[in-house]
Amino acid sequence: MPDPIAAVARATPDPIARKVRGLSDRAIAWLFVAPTIFLLLAINIFPLIWTVRLSFTNYRANRPNEEVEWVGLRNYVRILTDDGIWANMQTTAHFLFWTLFFQVLIGFTLAWLINRKFKGNDLLTTLIVLPMMLSPAVVGNFWTFLYQPQIGLVNYVVELVTGTPASSFSMLGPGGYAPWSIVIVDTWMWTPFVMLICLAGLRSIPDYIYEAAEIDRASKWRQFWTITIPMVLPFLMLAVLFRGIENFKMFDMVVLLTGGGPGNETLLASIDLKREAFEKWRTGYSSAYAIILFVTVFGLASIYVKALNKVKER
Amino acid sequence: MTRFLSGLLRLRRGPWELLATLLIGLGVFMLMQPFALALYTWSFLVTLAGTVMFIIVSHFPD
Repeated sequence: MPDPIAAVARATPDPIARKVRGLSDRAIAWLFVAPTIFLLLAINIFPLIWTVRLSFTNYRANRPNEEVEWVGLRNYVRILTDDGIWANMQTTAHFLFWTLFFQVLIGFTLAWLINRKFKGNDLLTTLIVLPMMLSPAVVGNFWTFLYQPQIGLVNYVVELVTGTPASSFSMLGPGGYAPWSIVIVDTWMWTPFVMLICLAGLRSIPDYIYEAAEIDRASKWRQFWTITIPMVLPFLMLAVLFRGIENFKMFDMVVLLTGGGPGNETLLASIDLKREAFEKWRTGYSSAYAIILFVTVFGLASIYVKALNKVKER
Repeated sequence: MTRFLSGLLRLRRGPWELLATLLIGLGVFMLMQPFALALYTWSFLVTLAGTVMFIIVSHFPD
């Protein structure tokens, strides 16, 4: 059988082959890695540095010929003393807290139940993880129909259970339900993710620990609090951090469901940022806004990586 | 506590990373809390300090 490496070597034009032969292993490695590094610099690092630079100016992207003024920290001071943006951060916090609370609670419970051996276990797991595999755009449109006051299933069920007429309230309209509606949708979509991580944690606990606890006559309740919870906790923390970072940046699904409304009830920081940047065209100001969000997410991501390493060490 | 303090003094990664993590957590809480605008105003600096600190101290010896 002909040697493929020798065939490639023969096919390589002589001047190139001579040049490559003259390079060290390290140089060849750099040659292969260079395109990726170049792309990384062009797509990630350069825009980041450019955004930092713009955040200190009054640049407006819709007025490219206007003189750009250096404003120092003025954009940052404005954002960090603005009541409206503070309120948006609280809306984001409300969304973040309740989605994480329900996802952890339901996700862990589901994982705990699925972890028991019973018939149809695999099929049930597959069915539960289905929402997670859908596109957020599809989920947003799909739930907009479910929340329709006239034809939506949600209002119909509420009428059936409580007797309140279906068309008398709107889950996505005024009335204070909208922030909870987006929490419900995100919980529906992402609970399976938390469940899968918890399931991995539960399955990593060796049986002999429970057997030893049984011999010591530890009750099921005690086994749960002293074995299950401490051993699943790093996995749970990982899920919380991951979902926390993702939900902090949440944009698509909420835009499709409520567009930030009614009023500013569901105006998350990311949606407000998009409005500042591409509707009001305050590019410098929105760059400072983006940097504030970036630093927050970057800080959380650092903790996430640390937590991930701890789980890996186990 | 003594181990933590001695770790800080001997520039060990563990306690310094913990400190940076707490600072980031505090900054995120300050950013999103509904109690005082002053806390919100200073939140970015606290988070930034924590994040920069985390990057630096993650290169400290174990």
